[in-house]
Amino acid sequence: MNIKRFFAVFKARNIEFFRDKSSLGWNLIFPVLLLIGFSLIFSGEGRSAYKVGIIDISAEGVTQITDKQVPFKNIRFIDYINYENIEAAKNKLNRHTIDLVIEPSYSQYWVNNESAKSYLVEKIFSTQLNGYTRLETSGKKIRYVDWVLPGILGMNMMFSCLFGVGYVIVRYRKNAVLKRLKATPLSAFEFVSAQLLSRLFIVMFLSAVVYSGCNLLFNFFMLGSYFDLIIIGMLGAFCLISLGLLVASRSKSEELIGGLLNLTSWPMMMLSGVWFSLEGAPSALKNFADFLPLTHLVAGARKIITEGATLSDISYHVTSLIFMSIVFLSLGAYFFSWNTER
Amino acid sequence: MTVAICVEALTKEYKDVIAVNDISFSVEQGHCFGLLGPNGAGKTTTIEIMEGIIGASSGSVVYKNQDKEVDNNISQQIGIQFQHTALQDFLTVKETLNLFAAFYQHTIGQNKLIELCDLSDFLDRDNRLLSGGQRQRLLLALALINDPEIIFLDEPTTGLDPHARRKFWQLIKNIKAQNKTIILTTHYMDEAEQLCDDIVIMDQGKIIESGTPQQLLSKHFKDVYIYLPEQQVPLTLIEKNQWVTLSGSVEITTDNVEKTLVMLMDNKVSLEGLHVKSANLDDLFLHLTGHSLRE
Repeated sequence: MNIKRFFAVFKARNIEFFRDKSSLGWNLIFPVLLLIGFSLIFSGEGRSAYKVGIIDISAEGVTQITDKQVPFKNIRFIDYINYENIEAAKNKLNRHTIDLVIEPSYSQYWVNNESAKSYLVEKIFSTQLNGYTRLETSGKKIRYVDWVLPGILGMNMMFSCLFGVGYVIVRYRKNAVLKRLKATPLSAFEFVSAQLLSRLFIVMFLSAVVYSGCNLLFNFFMLGSYFDLIIIGMLGAFCLISLGLLVASRSKSEELIGGLLNLTSWPMMMLSGVWFSLEGAPSALKNFADFLPLTHLVAGARKIITEGATLSDISYHVTSLIFMSIVFLSLGAYFFSWNTER
Repeated sequence: MTVAICVEALTKEYKDVIAVNDISFSVEQGHCFGLLGPNGAGKTTTIEIMEGIIGASSGSVVYKNQDKEVDNNISQQIGIQFQHTALQDFLTVKETLNLFAAFYQHTIGQNKLIELCDLSDFLDRDNRLLSGGQRQRLLLALALINDPEIIFLDEPTTGLDPHARRKFWQLIKNIKAQNKTIILTTHYMDEAEQLCDDIVIMDQGKIIESGTPQQLLSKHFKDVYIYLPEQQVPLTLIEKNQWVTLSGSVEITTDNVEKTLVMLMDNKVSLEGLHVKSANLDDLFLHLTGHSLRE
């Protein structure tokens, strides 16, 4: 690896990207427009009903409380959601997803001090909860825009990585830029590394700009560490760029590569949890989504942002991304061709 | 003379076509060597094998100064200008020179290169905005950036206007004057006559003739052509001598111009509008293959 040659290609590719104003503008404006659009569409309070979580498993793990045994379940216009785990329910209460958590087995209930709805529901249930111990928790409300942020940023990264590398390499191959570079001492490894790291730098830079800019507007929720978020972002981008290199390893046809990249990106856009949670999805779909790099990027980033997860908490996503990167990069290097002969 | 490159029994086969069919030749050090032939003759395939860009099906290309067969490592020593190549968009001419200079251990001074290829007027221009002639001069500069002893130019003036072509020829003559070896493919015969010391004519993957342009012309053509406006030459004289009329002119083929002119004047034929033409490489190719070089 000759650093001088590598850096020359890295720099040239960055200049090419940043001077292409239409592409740069689209990469910046597209995610911002999506975020603004979703924040407007989902800015209402939603359904008027309050949501109360009920812990219906005893400490021994045996279901003890039935609907009929809980008299306050007769109050109308309240959604009752059963939880088996107090921590899961409290997490939802902290994020304002539900408004009260009742634990009949222990005759105690939880309210969120920072939630107006939690305060109101407590007043509604004041008679029924007579004799229950009042416990408090707190937490800022998580909005849909906070939840969808990692998905939109991840999706933007995916398009930038796949098309920014895959499409560009095929275009270089088709119009003989690659052939001209092959006629120099530049090695395939130096060229591919420079493309990969240039795109990684561009994607991370643009994502940071979009996040920071939108953060001024939306004041995003962030429970975890920015360092962890950058690491999962870099792993995800690296994996997606490797996938782009693999898809573009041989083809000389822009039409074919366009189709292949769409074939790669659309399932990820729909099934990687960008727009909606996969929690309730059929297990076959969830298993399929596990093979998509964007699933791990979005899920990892979302857990860091909304749950305060650390890298060790999301080690499954981290190792999945590393494993996929190695597979894509190895196959891409094996199949890579400067110029497909006749 | 010293041989720079020796090509021996070179063959390149694709699935359904033999692009290069058992050809052999050698290129002298310091010469401009021309590979001539129509589109599809196998010129580009031949020089791309010589450059190490594609592999041969059989045969060898030996660089005599390296005393070894061509391989990927030859790229430090040679300069290449491809027939069709794009440059990276959004880079200026100067940035493109810097990019390519970074690839080589030894490079020619940038100022010298700019002067040699006459790039100074458009150094800060985006590659996308270059004219055809400017683009070819930049591609030539990239071929010379590592100060190579051997330079490959694949149809470098195709698509250029006459002025730009003549300017490009002058650049190549300047490079030749530095004792560089040039391998040039072209289907412009005037280009080959202007620039080449030795030529090889290819057709359908095979070499059909080789030598210096003058050797080949004198070998195949003893005659010159005299043209006169048709209305000045009596019909009886045309029929008697079996001369040909072409587009309002009479074509007189002769191996003795003086004798023919005396005969015309004896027959009171006016010599106004007379035009004498020698056979050129285009005629030679037509003579050898039955079809013109540009077909």
